[in-house]
Amino acid sequence: MYHAIVFLPLVGFLIAGLFGRILGPRPSEIITTAFLFIAAALSWIAFFDVGFGSGATRIQVAQWMSVGDFVADWAFRIDTLTVVMLIVVNTVSALVHLYSIGYMSEDPHRSRFFAYLSLFTFAMLALVTADNLLQMFFGWEGVGLASYLLIGFWYQKESANAAAIKAFVVNRVGDFGFLLGIFTLFVLFDSVAFEQIFPRVAEFADQRFVFLGYEWHALTIAALLLFMGAMGKSAQFLLHTWLPDAMEGPTPVSALIHAATMVTAGVFMVARMSPVFEYAPTALTVVTVIGAITAFFAATVGLVQNDIKRVIAYSTCSQLGYMFVALGVGAYGVGVFHLFTHAFFKALLFLGAGSVIHAMHHEQDMRNMGALRKYIPFTTAMMAIGTLALTGFPFTAGYYSKDAVIEAAYAAHNSAGTFAFVATVVAAFMTSFYSWRLFFMTFEGKSHWSEAHHNGSTHEGVEHDDHSHDVEPASHAQHDHGHHAEHKPHESPLVMLLPLAVLALGALIAGLLFHGAFIGEGAADFWKGAIYTRPDNHILEEMHHLPGWVPLLPTAMMILGFLLAVYMYIIDAKKPAQLAADNPVLYRFLLNKWYFDELYDAIFVRPAIGLGRFLWRMGDGRIIDGLGPDGVSARVLDVTRGVVRVQTGYLYHYAFAMLIGVAAFITFYLFRGAH
Amino acid sequence: MLGFGILSGLLVLPLVGAAFILTLRGDSEAAKSNARWAALATTVLTFLLSLVAWSRFDTGTASFQLIESHVWLTDTIRFKLGVDGFSMPFILLTTFLMPFCILASWDSIQHRVKEYFVAFLVLEMTMIGVFAALDLVLFYLFFEAGLIPMFLIIGIWGGKRRIYASFKFFLYTLLGSVLMLLAIMAMYWAAGTTDIPTLLQFKFAENLQTWLWLAFFASFAVKMPMWPVHTWLPDAHVEAPTGGSVILAAILLKMGGYGFIRVSIPMFPDASHYFAPMVFALSVIAIVYTSLVALVQTDMKKLIAYSSVAHMGFVTMGLFSMNPQGIQGAMFQMISHGLVSGALFLCVGVVYDRIHTRDIAAYGGLVERMPLYAVAFMIFTMANVGLPGTSGFVGEFLTLLGAFQANTTVSFLATTGVILSACYALWLYRRIIFGVLDKPQLKTIMDLNRREMVILAPLVLLVIYYGVQPAPILDAFAAPTEALLKSYEAALATVKTAALAAH
Repeated sequence: MYHAIVFLPLVGFLIAGLFGRILGPRPSEIITTAFLFIAAALSWIAFFDVGFGSGATRIQVAQWMSVGDFVADWAFRIDTLTVVMLIVVNTVSALVHLYSIGYMSEDPHRSRFFAYLSLFTFAMLALVTADNLLQMFFGWEGVGLASYLLIGFWYQKESANAAAIKAFVVNRVGDFGFLLGIFTLFVLFDSVAFEQIFPRVAEFADQRFVFLGYEWHALTIAALLLFMGAMGKSAQFLLHTWLPDAMEGPTPVSALIHAATMVTAGVFMVARMSPVFEYAPTALTVVTVIGAITAFFAATVGLVQNDIKRVIAYSTCSQLGYMFVALGVGAYGVGVFHLFTHAFFKALLFLGAGSVIHAMHHEQDMRNMGALRKYIPFTTAMMAIGTLALTGFPFTAGYYSKDAVIEAAYAAHNSAGTFAFVATVVAAFMTSFYSWRLFFMTFEGKSHWSEAHHNGSTHEGVEHDDHSHDVEPASHAQHDHGHHAEHKPHESPLVMLLPLAVLALGALIAGLLFHGAFIGEGAADFWKGAIYTRPDNHILEEMHHLPGWVPLLPTAMMILGFLLAVYMYIIDAKKPAQLAADNPVLYRFLLNKWYFDELYDAIFVRPAIGLGRFLWRMGDGRIIDGLGPDGVSARVLDVTRGVVRVQTGYLYHYAFAMLIGVAAFITFYLFRGAH
Repeated sequence: MLGFGILSGLLVLPLVGAAFILTLRGDSEAAKSNARWAALATTVLTFLLSLVAWSRFDTGTASFQLIESHVWLTDTIRFKLGVDGFSMPFILLTTFLMPFCILASWDSIQHRVKEYFVAFLVLEMTMIGVFAALDLVLFYLFFEAGLIPMFLIIGIWGGKRRIYASFKFFLYTLLGSVLMLLAIMAMYWAAGTTDIPTLLQFKFAENLQTWLWLAFFASFAVKMPMWPVHTWLPDAHVEAPTGGSVILAAILLKMGGYGFIRVSIPMFPDASHYFAPMVFALSVIAIVYTSLVALVQTDMKKLIAYSSVAHMGFVTMGLFSMNPQGIQGAMFQMISHGLVSGALFLCVGVVYDRIHTRDIAAYGGLVERMPLYAVAFMIFTMANVGLPGTSGFVGEFLTLLGAFQANTTVSFLATTGVILSACYALWLYRRIIFGVLDKPQLKTIMDLNRREMVILAPLVLLVIYYGVQPAPILDAFAAPTEALLKSYEAALATVKTAALAAH
């Protein structure tokens, strides 16, 4: 069964990838989507099998490499953590496949698109089923490749190509840390297999390790290096810059890869490596702080973005920060639970946004939307459900998971936890505000799409940057915008609405159904050791003994954010522009995402290129060649010109030199022989 | 058969083919075509023969196999051939890639066709000779003789600055080889033989080791090429015809690494231990420095050439980390790089044959007209970047892991190469393949023809196969690596005990 779950998407990829041009797009779509639905169904069976039944198992597929005492297998590690990820990945992937049949119906390269989607799913499955660090790294980089291919899917778009490379390279920066983390663990444990590492972690609790000439606490440095990988993949603060740009990809890709699955791989990895992190308290503190900063930072940027997809992208970034906060305070189950619920409502929001974009003929700027509720009521309802779940409306998915994260941060009772608590509470307020801002700007108020397409640049008082007018160039890209009035926004086809409905169901009830198993009284039975916590880690216990105001606070924040959004975007619609005009510096700072792109460009990209040019021209050209061969050859040429008038050809020089060598050797030998 | 075995056959077969081509008369189309087919048939037969050799080869043992030995210059300097786990894969790599080089030159070489293929066949003979030689003098002879056909290939069929490139090539290698020859003489003087298996058991005085090591290093470092003696490579690559570039990158560069594992490390263990930090430093510089330089190149071949230097940095780093992961990883990296860089140069050749420029700026949007080419190029680019699942990853990962065990700082700095390689490789791919196809000369460009598909398809399959199942190659290296490390540690141990006793 597990073979089928993991390899069906690969088979789908191969069929669509190799024969897509022969088969045509429709068969490719059907085959890949059907395979994914089978895999998703099997995943749910596996989920109940393992989570509420027999428990973990290991399946060997083949050996990958074996060198000295280094052995890495292709193998599946099936435990509760794996099956949770299996259902997340396969369910969302199957729905996104289905949705894409409608969304991409006008694209001439559909076979390629579906092949990439299936390739991504396979790599993601290889990642979550990995039984050793190396296979995890295979999946890790594999999803990076698929992400690169899908972000750059519209390869004619300059910005898409740039975003694709940026995503790959920034992820590589994280992978740099991941690799070194793998090396460190191998040196400590003489193995990269989880089965070999996890039981022995306690033995190394006080081990020291010399890295870069300094002596460190071994498990801390290993955990920090691994976390660097997680930061790259999960777009955490400092390595987050690729995620908003990744929105250049088609919207289903954003839903699948950049919201529900791939970006949560970092969260999964930290949860998977929980035995190591549990013995590295300093690393956990770093995880908490970085998570908290990300949650706060991304929310601030999300407040002012005008591209519908970018708002959701920053929201994703922020929610990933929440997950890391939970992991960092030792509540791994809470982090994974938020990952699980987030997959449903964030995929829902993205696919809903896709439906809006589809309805608007590939318009993504919210300032050119408005009043869409009347035209696309179903999508509006779905988006409302997604927004409610994200902001944590009682009894929706986010209410259980996000509020649990905030409570866990409070229950940690240390300074990092307190910091994270404050940051996540403030972020919860902002989340609610920007989510409802998105909703109101898109679906309520006056319609801006019939008249104004070209005067959008001064909507909020200050000029916006050139990123904020993205257009997805399917066949509609050439569409003359002037004729939009004749094309009323239209509801999407059923094949797109069905996945929305399924995800909306998940966003409504996933928290209610599963919170007992993931983070409640059934947690120990459910996880069955898949997540390790030290005996002195009582965070889940303490979450039940909080002061009464703590659980109420997130809900209060949600209501406040909602009210503010109502005030600014329904009641007094001039307020936002006025605020932006009053605080131009702050507005620009947020709109330009704290100027991270400019900063990195100045301190990494330009110097690297400059240094490369310098080393090439100066190092290779002037110094090495100038003092070496060119200088010498200039002298040699002078000499040969003088001595050899006849044109000899360079070959003879060489042969001559060799001859001298051989002659010298023979002379020497004869000389020796004479003794 | 007169005591000549299969390895002699591998040496003779290309020469027979070359002799046959030389007998062809005239310069007509028919004669050219005959020369091509004869060269192709010869290289394919040689490859098949090397497969026979492989089937008779036992990977379980570290000792030399398929040995044959004939009296040559004297009783002590013999014509001795044999292979072990280190050399056998390189012979296979050589014979495997040769037919592709012939095919890659099928249409692009139009003048002096016969001579071109003769040069290639002679080159093949010398390359197999290097890997099969079990006598240092014989090794030297093949090592140096191989440069002559390469020199001709660059000098006659090369690009505009071919004279400059071949001159540079000549100067660099001359310096190294003279020193190597002196070292061989000194070794003969000390040990009384140039027989490699005997020398492997011989213990050179520590003082002498240092000098011998340096002399060999001069030759191998140029071949590798290591920083700072790498500047001949970009020029040679840029000027060489496609087939020449492939052989240069895939095989000739590997002779340096092979030399380290065959001569320097096992014969001069103390000196190798002593100089390892220097090799580490040069390797790390090579990786970071040349990756940065690759980032700003405007010539496709030059970019790939610089990336080759960076990848060879991983090899030297792995070899001198002196643990199984490092050494086997380095050997694997050489094989993998042979496939990947060879394939990348073939890919450049495909578009060069059509547009006749290597300037990156002249391309863009090729995926529009050349989807198959784009796929193949993507796979090789990813292998070059070291994506897991391709052969490029296995070597890179193992060498870094090996280096990490020897010195974390070296590994840390070298791992930055993982980031930089992604930058330059993807940047190259984007500028050539992606974007809008708006250059007029590209509007009619054709996708891969059948010949080109035959060339690239096997390489695609092998690059992925060895990425997922590297065992067939890695296992060949296992036994000799183990033996090498055992004798290396024994040698260091005696030095240590001697030092202790002296106190």
